[in-house]
Amino acid sequence: MLRTALRNVLAHKARLMMTVLAVLLGVAFVSGTLVFTDTISSAYQKSSEKGFAGVDVAIKPHKSDDDSGNPGAAPRLNQRLLDQAGQVPGAASATGAVSGYTAVADKQGDLLGNGFANTGGNYYPGTGGKDPRYTLTDGRAPKSAGEVALDSKTADRGHYKVGDAVRLSVDGPVRKEKVVGVFTTDDGNVAAGGSLVLFDTPTAQRLFAKPGEFDEIDLRAAAGTSQATLKSGVDKILPKLAEATTGQQLADDQAAMIKTQMSGMQTGMLVFAGISLFVGVFIIANTFTMLVAQRTRELALMRAVGASRRQVTRSVLIEATAVGAVAAVTGLAAGIGIGAGLRSLLNSTGATVPDGPLVVSPTAIAVSLVVGVVVTVLAAWLPGRRAAKIPPVAAMNSVHAAPTTRGLVVRNTIGAVLAGAGAAGVLAGSGMGSDGKLPMGLGAAVLVIGVFVLTPLLSRPLIAAASPLLRAFGISGKLARQNAVRNPRRTAATASALMVGLTLITGMTVIAGSVQKGIDNLATGALKSDYVVSLGGFDGVRPLSPDVERTLGKLDQVTALSPLRNSASRIDGDTEYLTGVNGKTIQKLVGVDFKEGSFAGLGGDKVVVDHKTADRNGWKRGSAFTVTYEDGRKGRLSVAGVYEGNQMIRGIMLDNSTLTPHMRTVTDMQVMLKTKDGASDATKNAIEKALGDNPAIQVQDKKDISNGIAQFFTLMLNMLYGLLAMAVIVAVLGVINTLAMSVFERSQEIGMLRAIGLDRRGIKRMVRLESLVISLFGGVLGIGLGVFFGWAAGELISSGLPTYELVLPWARMTVFLVLAAFVGILAALWPARRAAKLNMLAAIKAE
Amino acid sequence: MTTTPSGVQAAAARATAAARATDLTKVYGQGETQVVALDGVSVEFQQAEYTAIMGPSGSGKSTLMHCMAGLDTVSGGSARIGDVELTSLKDKKLTQLRRDKIGFIFQAFNLLPTLNALENITLPMDIAGRKADKAWLDQVVQTVGLSDRLKHRPAQLSGGQQQRVAVARALAGKPEIIFADEPTGNLDSRAGAEVLGFLRNSVRELGQTVVMVTHDPVAASYADRVVFLADGRIVDELRDPTAEAVLDRMKRFDAKGRTS
Repeated sequence: MLRTALRNVLAHKARLMMTVLAVLLGVAFVSGTLVFTDTISSAYQKSSEKGFAGVDVAIKPHKSDDDSGNPGAAPRLNQRLLDQAGQVPGAASATGAVSGYTAVADKQGDLLGNGFANTGGNYYPGTGGKDPRYTLTDGRAPKSAGEVALDSKTADRGHYKVGDAVRLSVDGPVRKEKVVGVFTTDDGNVAAGGSLVLFDTPTAQRLFAKPGEFDEIDLRAAAGTSQATLKSGVDKILPKLAEATTGQQLADDQAAMIKTQMSGMQTGMLVFAGISLFVGVFIIANTFTMLVAQRTRELALMRAVGASRRQVTRSVLIEATAVGAVAAVTGLAAGIGIGAGLRSLLNSTGATVPDGPLVVSPTAIAVSLVVGVVVTVLAAWLPGRRAAKIPPVAAMNSVHAAPTTRGLVVRNTIGAVLAGAGAAGVLAGSGMGSDGKLPMGLGAAVLVIGVFVLTPLLSRPLIAAASPLLRAFGISGKLARQNAVRNPRRTAATASALMVGLTLITGMTVIAGSVQKGIDNLATGALKSDYVVSLGGFDGVRPLSPDVERTLGKLDQVTALSPLRNSASRIDGDTEYLTGVNGKTIQKLVGVDFKEGSFAGLGGDKVVVDHKTADRNGWKRGSAFTVTYEDGRKGRLSVAGVYEGNQMIRGIMLDNSTLTPHMRTVTDMQVMLKTKDGASDATKNAIEKALGDNPAIQVQDKKDISNGIAQFFTLMLNMLYGLLAMAVIVAVLGVINTLAMSVFERSQEIGMLRAIGLDRRGIKRMVRLESLVISLFGGVLGIGLGVFFGWAAGELISSGLPTYELVLPWARMTVFLVLAAFVGILAALWPARRAAKLNMLAAIKAE
Repeated sequence: MTTTPSGVQAAAARATAAARATDLTKVYGQGETQVVALDGVSVEFQQAEYTAIMGPSGSGKSTLMHCMAGLDTVSGGSARIGDVELTSLKDKKLTQLRRDKIGFIFQAFNLLPTLNALENITLPMDIAGRKADKAWLDQVVQTVGLSDRLKHRPAQLSGGQQQRVAVARALAGKPEIIFADEPTGNLDSRAGAEVLGFLRNSVRELGQTVVMVTHDPVAASYADRVVFLADGRIVDELRDPTAEAVLDRMKRFDAKGRTS
């Protein structure tokens, strides 16, 4: 039996080709993901270990700072503690570190290291006047205000040399500094492509903390002292709310964090690999079904000479195992290549991945091989069982087993029930708000399965709908349409493979487009100001110096402005964030609907709150409450108005004159402003010029904000498209496979058509149109389902995002349909050529 | 031996030839495995005549038909349909010629299972993008007795009915010549007789030209003329054959085969 099965594999090499390719691609995706993430993860871990090599014990403020006394306040570490720490027995040296956001402009004024961390820090000359964290390669360390050192990668990118002037920004205003040194470092952010600027310690403390305070104190152990011993010594001198950690622990923590981040990415990519494999299942099942059908007589003969049903099934499964094994091994090899390729690709995009060997773990190998074989065998299971059901007498029948429509009644019933139940689940889920996730997810899965089961039924009416179009192609079109519905199961399986990919692509596009619109509505709807000025890094908005507001206030153009300040507080034992605004101008800048009162009441101890906060605390207009500010002082505030909050504008809003005296450091989250002439290029230029053409400062009007949001969603969608492309490629293989098999099975017919006068072009056109019809069928189903899921998911999302608005991406959907058509034409290239080249005589004689 | 009885030459002078082969040669393979399927065959098929080609298996009768019908290339000599020389035609022209001037009937019926009987009959015209001549089509359908079966798919028809559809398909386009390859090979004798009767009637009543390859003496007896092939050459021919005469002639091949 084994020999027969293996001979069959060899005999059908060409026909199994597409199956092997489909499995191969899926496995390559899986192994590529595993190899890539393992490699990157190990490289980052090695680099982070190097980064902590110079730290034996670190003292930091306690992370989960208990803010019951001073909300939002964490203790700073001062020079005295640093000196004390240096005296702990076994300590060789102690270094104080402060750091914060620092943007560096290149000579054209553009931000360097955009998209990565832009950091500033201090050079702490310890014993011998050197900071162990940094190695100067050129010039000297910064010694006084106005001097900075740049990391060598940033210096190279900005073409800065020692002695050059450089423009920086820490919290808004532009600073002009002189480059006095260039250094190298093992710092992880720099390794990843970020920038690092070093100031002298007092300057850095003034910029990032407070004079004389540090964020972190790093200790090095003397020779012979272990990290643990040093830590226990340090623990004795620690102030309240500070903690000491060994360097090993820090490295381990970071390694764990990297691992978590990487495993998240790995899971994400594996989901898409799984989708590709799932699509592959259709192709495998299709191929084996066709192979079994073609071999009906042969298999019946085996049964006639005494093979048991089980033996027949097993012979099919052995074939599948052999195919799966070949595909898995080649897929694994391809995957390792992909893993290596992805790393170089990432390096070429500007992100620098630390060097390290390619990691091919035994897990990656085992998972890839098992996945390849198991998927193939599972997909061949049903065809194998069907093979066993062939009666021995079929060996005596001279005619090919004609494709039957038997069993479709049962199939259609099951499909209709599943699809109905699934659709009901999705609809029920869409009406349940945020609780609807489970019913919707389950419903979606059941609906998709139901549609899979129903595709043979759906193929007839949907393909018939295309017949007016096909009629234009004469007899080729007519034959193509009829061939497409000839074996509904096969057409269905082929189209389903394409449907999966397009459902996901369309669904994601609908959801992304609608959420984008929703967020856009949210961001711009409540905005009455012409401009929002903020200090933006790629990882969020950063505190802005109040100088910016003062500078802007002096502009003639500006008619109203308000900074937005943020400060933690405690009310009734809960942490609430207070938003400080300019009470007089805020109503010209922010548009929200008031349930009670208005912005007019804002000022002094009168505040406005959003309806959710009001409901939670049981406040109404006129309610009064006690607040504990950031600095620990208590105050009494009363509610002057209740407004409808949203994700952008919410919480307790009070006048800055009340809030600011209680803030430890006064910074603005953003400044909103209204101008005389409204948003225009000239106004924007004037504002930017007033702020010193600072690359780190964003001056955004509503359109810029919309564009920013759109950019983010486009990037995200493009990534998803890229990941889903694999599923589409596998689907193309499926279409090729089906067509090749169909051409093979119909060679006699094709020969007859050639004999009675259909030329090669006509034959090619017939095959191509069949392919086109099947692909468009899959495309229409996929896009339809995708829109439905997109709509349903939107109903869920809209419960949390009131401004959500369903946007049907007609242009994109047209593109997807064209893509499906293109897939069909592409897939038909080879089968059509083969059909046209068929030897007419051999085809007619063949019986 | 290439004998061309003087009677045939006389006939050729009188009637125009629908198809003509001159010194037609067909060689398969090369070197030691070379097989000469046709060895300088010259033959004419007259208009409105029903010719049967007979011969033992391997005699080259099917090859001759394929070459004459433009389904296969020739190694030497000439093959003409009417005035058109096939050997110089490229695939495209050849396909058009088959479409417009030649009708085919195959042993395995070769109908398209997805088309109904009527659609199968008009298939060559559909391929050409021509409208069928309605009156002619009705007449053909009537002649083969398929009027009540036109909407049926091939799978719903008996073998005889399927072959009648094939006959109608061949006739419907009014081709210059019809080639039939063992048209009764897959039929029982009654259905076979019907099909052969239609073919003879199409010649007698409609003036159609038919060339039929067969190994069945009874089938051959429906023809006006039987051409005998052996070893790739024409060895004999009979006019107005009877089944017995054909059988006798065929027996001589067998005897010769056994003695030589």
